[in-house]
Amino acid sequence: MSTQNRINQLFEKKQNNIFSVYFTAGYPDLNDTVPTIQLLEQNGADLIEIGMPFSDPVADGPVIQQSSTVALKNGMSIKKLFEQLENIRESVNIPLILMGYVNPVMQYGVEAFCQKCQEVGIDGLIIPDLPLNVYQEEYQTLFEKYGLHNILLITPQTSDERIQEIDNASSGFIYMVSSSSTTGIKNKASDFHVDYFERVNQLSLKNPRLIGFGISNRETFDNACKYAAGAIIGSAFVKALDQKLTLEERISGFVKTVVSPA
Amino acid sequence: MKYQVDKKGYYGEFGGAFIPEMMHPNIEELQQKYMEVINSYNFRQDFIQLLKHYVGRPSPLYLAKRLSEKYGSDIYLKREDLNHTGSHKVNNTIGQILLAKALGKKRIIAETGAGQHGVATATVCALMGMKCVVYMGALDVERQAPNVKKMRMLGAEVIPAVSGNQTLKDATNEAMRDWIRNPVDTHYIIGSVVGPHPYPDMVTQFQAVISEEIKMQLDEHIGREYPTRVIACVGGGSNAAGAFYHFLENEEVELIGVEAAGKGVDTSETAATLTLGNVGVLHSSRSMLMQTDDGQIVEPYSISAGLDYPGIGPLHAHLCKTHRAKYLWATDQEVLDAALELTQLEGIIPALESAHALAALKKIELKPTDVTVINLSGRGDKDMETYLSHFGY
Ligand SMILES: Cc1ncc(COP(=O)(O)O)c(C=O)c1O
Repeated sequence: MSTQNRINQLFEKKQNNIFSVYFTAGYPDLNDTVPTIQLLEQNGADLIEIGMPFSDPVADGPVIQQSSTVALKNGMSIKKLFEQLENIRESVNIPLILMGYVNPVMQYGVEAFCQKCQEVGIDGLIIPDLPLNVYQEEYQTLFEKYGLHNILLITPQTSDERIQEIDNASSGFIYMVSSSSTTGIKNKASDFHVDYFERVNQLSLKNPRLIGFGISNRETFDNACKYAAGAIIGSAFVKALDQKLTLEERISGFVKTVVSPA
Repeated sequence: MKYQVDKKGYYGEFGGAFIPEMMHPNIEELQQKYMEVINSYNFRQDFIQLLKHYVGRPSPLYLAKRLSEKYGSDIYLKREDLNHTGSHKVNNTIGQILLAKALGKKRIIAETGAGQHGVATATVCALMGMKCVVYMGALDVERQAPNVKKMRMLGAEVIPAVSGNQTLKDATNEAMRDWIRNPVDTHYIIGSVVGPHPYPDMVTQFQAVISEEIKMQLDEHIGREYPTRVIACVGGGSNAAGAFYHFLENEEVELIGVEAAGKGVDTSETAATLTLGNVGVLHSSRSMLMQTDDGQIVEPYSISAGLDYPGIGPLHAHLCKTHRAKYLWATDQEVLDAALELTQLEGIIPALESAHALAALKKIELKPTDVTVINLSGRGDKDMETYLSHFGY
């Protein structure tokens, strides 16, 4: 894969405290997708995961479930999302990743989907219910053809052997799920499995890691950053969007609770 | 062996294990061990003994004389309604609880729609002294209050699923999330031939006792081990899979599954997945499902909560695609008529689900020399309120 990919560029440039944010496309309002991405970049995000809402998100907790339901009611779909992202690269430079479940991608058509991702400037994909073996057998060729990194997950229960396997199959970074849980909010760093983070760090993996699931505030973010190249905040950010302020106020206000201004 | 699951867990193009990484250790353990465990001598002994002395198997194969007279053709009923807990569901929960014990699990989770699978799970957990948590859509908790009380009396914790439409699909989502949060000591007893490999095959193996008995019992009745056809209702498809299993390779036997059409296949209130759905991934397997063009799952509807599911087991998607089995549908009204007919001709009140299979009698041609077996998957006790509100007794 070419090193032109913005994900690789980011990790070359920055090895610590990478601040990555997830939000659900089309939430709280259908047309909030693009301004949210722009405002996140302006407020210091290093990487953004754009959630493609699905009716049955089994790996997600209540906050992202709820935002997905609202986004779908608002009329969000993959087709709509690509329309919204059509000119995103005119205003946004940081890496963008699409995150969602495999069924809507299948219905869109896997190749058409990958092609469109490349067209609008998407750098990678996270599809939690696309397991490693199916990816390798049916999807990898297409992802690579269109310059897309497949971001795979590991959890506290993933064996060392399988982590190595996932590392070999990865090209962008590895998504390290913080604990045995669906997405959600944890407020204390003591909820994390530090021994698991340390175990993974001793494996000398070729890919950098970002820690996600449960990261919600400065304490949990800073703690996660001690053990990986950075961390991903999802539910806590999505929850913060649900306030009666301007989008700009909500986003800058939230970012300040997690990272100090650069 | 055209209809067996392959090494990767597929029936033709259907099946597989589209699981998030969080479920990988549990699913991999099951995939690697289920065959060895369920074929072991100790497991077979325990399974057979419990089915015999606890469930009350073999369930009778009953020649329904007055029903046969009416249709001018011999009709046998496989009486799964006479099992302990009132349906075929218990065959699977006995099998899975023994498997869970063999794997050293301490805690059981399950999803349920009408509550039949939930009750069957709570029952075997009481039997084995295991902790039991059942997820049930909040709407179903209200609609099926007696089964909720039964589960609680049996010692299970019933957790209402408040996401989505608050029915079976959402209960399944919640059970999967529970398993993600509790990856070490918990086994998930899925209630039908759905979910990631190895569940579809594993549940089929446990339900296959139905067709194994049908073969032996037919031999006694008619001196031949196979009928002209077997008919079963299909939600996820476990009772049908069990009733078809030992006839799959005998292409002389016609296999008919009956889906729930709800208010009709030309309305949006239906659950006829094979008639209306297309290929997709739900609950970790690739099969047929009811969805929008954008790949969002469509909420199903049926008068019977047990068939109210937007997907179908991958085995049935394969049998349908290869034309090995034929899938018909029956509307709520046809089902109510069929239930009343059986009740008044034979003195058997069927479950609403099972009445779908009975309704097929009016949709096929029956020759006088035919032998038809209908799998009567459950009894109607749980459906009395629905029946009474329609028939007004
Ligand atoms: C009596 C009865 N029959 C059939 C079903 C449908 O399940 P399956 O299609 O897996 O047999 C149910 C489910 O609750 C049931 O209770």
